[in-house]
Amino acid sequence: MSMKLNEIELLIKESMPDAEISIQDLAGDENHYSATIKSKLFVGKSKIEQHKLVYKALKGKMGNELHALAINTMEIK
Amino acid sequence: MNEITNSKIKNIIEKNDVCLFMKGTPETPQCGFSLAVSNVLKHLEVKFNGVNVLEDAEIREGIKAYSDWPTIPQLYIKGEFIGGCDIVKEMFEKKELQVKLKEKEIPYQN
Repeated sequence: MSMKLNEIELLIKESMPDAEISIQDLAGDENHYSATIKSKLFVGKSKIEQHKLVYKALKGKMGNELHALAINTMEIK
Repeated sequence: MNEITNSKIKNIIEKNDVCLFMKGTPETPQCGFSLAVSNVLKHLEVKFNGVNVLEDAEIREGIKAYSDWPTIPQLYIKGEFIGGCDIVKEMFEKKELQVKLKEKEIPYQN
């Protein structure tokens, strides 16, 4: 199970077009990533809701094809 | 998720003030993210119940549907879903987790 970095980025971009995304492949194994995502869509949402937006963008791949993705969400005001 | 699994999960969450669904046990976590949350709770000297999802496939899948959250670990405090590893770590660093524990009247040490 693995997923390419640009594939993750594309999926997030698709449902959050304004997002500024920076992703790192932590272990170089296409399996452990860390992403910082900035978007206006996060404004007024709790951290749980913000992370759920990202998970939703990944269309069920989180926990399946994508083993580990640390998420850091930030609001653009 | 079937009814039995659903009520099993509900029961665990209701019976334990602080409950961590994790891979492995608090003594020997089997995943870095579970280890991290477990360490935060240990650091704060919070008494918690670790539920090893690797021992129960139904709970492992069931908790994801229950919380509408696709990953493990998952932390619950007095029935409220707090979040996964990233959120718990961030809340701890910003002292928001400590505020939450205080609000929920869970003893902890700074």
